Parts: sequence; structure tokens; C-alpha cells
Amino acid sequence: MFRNVSELIELAESQNISISEVMIRQEMEVAEKTREEVMERMERNLDVMEKSVEDGLKGVRSRSGLTGGDAVLIQKYMKENRPLSGNLLLDAVSKAVATNEVNAAMGTICATPTAGSAGVVPGTLFAVKNRLNPTREQMVRYLFTAGAFGQVVANNASISGAAGGCQAEVGSAAGMAAAAIVEMAGGTPSQSAEAMAITLKNMLGLVCDPVAGLVEVPCVKRNAMGAANAMVAADLALAGVKSRIPCDEVIDAMYRIGQSMPTALKETAQGGLAATPTGRELEAKIYGIDLKKE
Amino acid sequence: MALMIYCRYNRAEKDGERMKYRSVFDIIGPIMIGPSSSHTAGAARIGRMTRKLFGREPKWADIHLYGSFAKTYKGHGTDVAIVGGILDFDTFDERISESLEIAKQKKIRVRFIEEDAITDHPNTARIRMGDEDGEIELVGISIGGGKAEITELNGFDLKLTGHHPAILVMHNDRHGAIASVSNILANNEINIGHMEVSRKEQGKEALMVIETDQNIPDDILSQLERTENILQVVKISV
Repeated sequence: MFRNVSELIELAESQNISISEVMIRQEMEVAEKTREEVMERMERNLDVMEKSVEDGLKGVRSRSGLTGGDAVLIQKYMKENRPLSGNLLLDAVSKAVATNEVNAAMGTICATPTAGSAGVVPGTLFAVKNRLNPTREQMVRYLFTAGAFGQVVANNASISGAAGGCQAEVGSAAGMAAAAIVEMAGGTPSQSAEAMAITLKNMLGLVCDPVAGLVEVPCVKRNAMGAANAMVAADLALAGVKSRIPCDEVIDAMYRIGQSMPTALKETAQGGLAATPTGRELEAKIYGIDLKKE
Repeated sequence: MALMIYCRYNRAEKDGERMKYRSVFDIIGPIMIGPSSSHTAGAARIGRMTRKLFGREPKWADIHLYGSFAKTYKGHGTDVAIVGGILDFDTFDERISESLEIAKQKKIRVRFIEEDAITDHPNTARIRMGDEDGEIELVGISIGGGKAEITELNGFDLKLTGHHPAILVMHNDRHGAIASVSNILANNEINIGHMEVSRKEQGKEALMVIETDQNIPDDILSQLERTENILQVVKISV
């Protein structure tokens, strides 16, 4: 079992196989399942991700009314204008938003790695799909590559906002996505690791400060920017740009930053955006109105 | 020498703890209804375990919410999720979002009670539910990532995760009761993975919680129920 990114890259390079293949073989061994069983189970996750993107692009709204409809707005803007940041990038952003809007509206999602950060991996996948035209199997492999990097973060740092802040949730998700984009685009295993490192470096320190404690504000937009970050970092890695700090050390830094982050900024709705005047006003409105109704 | 052994032991334990995520599906997954793995998926699992332990659809349910559950349940849909679970919906069943209406149509009376008491765990629910033939009361906690545990059942302390098949055996606190149950399981080649016994008072009613490796067929359950000192047997299949 690989314990860190350098062992993961070593396993891939020494056998001349992809990261996704390392992950598939390990899962078969750990779970004592056949390749078909492991692939089928991941394809079910892919099916759910595809449906949540589709549902979000039709337009949804959450119970609190805080989020919903932005994915539709972005897609409409893309059709009617020439977006400054480019259609592919905005497509990924809108699909990440779509997934998290569905999550906030109590729709079905696949946690990647958590519910609050579930938009980044599918958002980037279903955008890049239109450019790279992958087979269904390659799309399933995208999820194994993302999962391999996510597993390293989960075992060496954290994927929980309560434990490590948003850097551990959307930060991890964005790093996982960047690494998976690189593999799908034909990059090497070590380029995947560079993409993960570059992404995560730019997510370090991100706090978890949800308004009213709900997985909505700012979570939906954090997923949007997580997707954008992943796309750009993947391009940098494919261009040959390297991270001066190795991926494993970035992950370790993320862990230590999470440790020293105050509790008020780790999913307690006590600090950050949750504690702004508007954040508090929204919180009172959401719970206050509901209470009066009873 | 003693010190070296100590260090090695400590190191092994640390490695074991750090590799807590072993499957890729812990990272990519689970499939669930949003918005929160702890406040929605975990809550639905508590409701569903209550339903499985009760064994049928109840006529009424009183749901007491504590800590973070009490403060944010409306925004997270914790209420909807628990009722969805009571209706036997899984964490990914889209009917969860309409569970309150469905319960109303089925004429199930549901009440939510926000509690101020401080509990050991921030996400705690106490559920009492029943019908004309009986009732059940339990405490469930949502421990994160969609995982949930039952910590109390009809006044007995226990720990039940719902991840393994299990049977709960109410029995008289008499010698031989536990042996007769484990003998029946052994004779039917059912392996016990985990077992706990809890009682409120010596010599009165007691509860055995037995987690097994495989689901237990109904004929074995009725065999258990016919055994001396066994009062009731409930099973949780996975």
C-alpha cells in the first residue's frame, strides 16, 4: 500500500503503469474483489456524478434559499458572450457549481472526498470530457487517479473541514482533480504529482466558515474556484512547470496549518464569513423565520 | 530494552492510525443525499437503524435533537433525513427530501423536540417511536463522514454501527442464557465478530448485541426465540 505521493509515483513508474492502474490494483487487493467489481462500483459513482451535474444545470434551489441557479447563469453567459477566462474553464466551474447546488438542495451526489467539496472532481471531469473525448473507462480511471491522491491526503493530513479547514476539503478535491486531469490529458505520473502540489499550494490556509453552519455559503463558490485552480494547475504541470516544494511536503504543510488553525475557522460557524454582519443576518433569517412558523 | 519495545509498539500503532483510509471508495463516495455527510447521511442512517430495530412502520415518532443537530437541523435537513430513515429510505434515496410529506400521507405522527441538554457527542438524536403493539426508544450519534452509531436502546447502553449484520437478544439475566445463544449460532456455523452484554440490574432483563459475519436466517431467529430465558430477538441485516 502506498503511504505517500512519492511511493505512489514510484509504484507507477517502476511498473510503467498509470496512477489509476496502481489504485485499481491496490483496491482489488485490499477489498479482495475482481477488477470488474471494482470498476463497476466506480462507474456507479460516475453515473451519480453525471446526473448531479445534469440536474444542477437545469437549475435547483436550496431549502434555505441561500444557493441555487448560478450554474444556469454561468452557462447562459457562456452561450451569449465570449467569456474572458475561456469556455472550457467556465464549463468546469459551472459544472462544479451545479453539483454543489444539487448537494445544497438535498439532491443526490457522490462525496468526493466530502459532500461539501463534491463539485470539483465531477465539474472538471465533465468539462475536460468535451475537449479530450475520453472513453467511459478513461472517465472511470479519472476517478481512481483522483482517489489515489485523495487517499494520500486523507492518511497523511485530513479531508475534513472540522479537522483541517476548507483547504482539507476543497483544497484536497482540487488537488485530486488536477492530478486526474493531467493523466487524462496524457501527462506522466510525476506531472500529476506536480499538478496536485501546485494546486494545493494555492489552497493552503483556506478556512472553513460556512454561514449559518450550512454547506452553501461560501462552499458552492469555493468549489467553483477549486475547479478553476485545478484546471490551471493541470495546464502548468503539462507545460513542464514544477513545484519547488515536493507534493508530500505540501500535504504535510497543509496538515500542520490545519493543526494551528483556530477552532472558530474549522466548521463551527463562529468565525470568518459566518461571523460577518451579513452572515449573521442570514443566519438569523434562516432560523428565525422557521421558528416563527411553528 | 524495555524502552525500545515501547517505541516500536508506539510506532506501529501510529502507522496503523495514519493509514485509516484503505479503500478508494472512502475517498470517492459514498453516494448520498446532500448537503452534509454528518448532518444528513448520518442522520438518515440513525433513522433507518431505528426502523430496522422496530421491525415495522411506526404510527408515531418523537425525535429529540441535541447539540449541533438541534441548532442546524432545519438548514441541513436533519429532520427530513431522520424521517426518511424511519420510512426505510437509504442515504441515497431521493424520496428523503419529501419524507415529511410521505409520513403525513401515511398518517405517521412526527414531532421534533429541540433539547438544550449537553450530550457527549455534538450530533445526537433520541428517537421514541411506536404503534398500538409496542414502542422503541434509542439514542443515535452521527460521528462524521456519514457514519452513525446507536449508543442506547430501551435504556440499555450499547454500540451498534449497522455496518455488520447483527442480532439483538433481550433475555433474562440468568446463567446459561448467553451460552445457549452462542451454541445455536455455532451449530449453524455463524461466526460472531463482536458481542456485548448489558443489563440495567442484576437478575432482571438484559440485552445481548451480537454482530455476525453473515445475515442470520429467520429459522435461526425463531429457534433463538424458543430458547429458555430468551424474551425477544431482533435482527439487522446488511
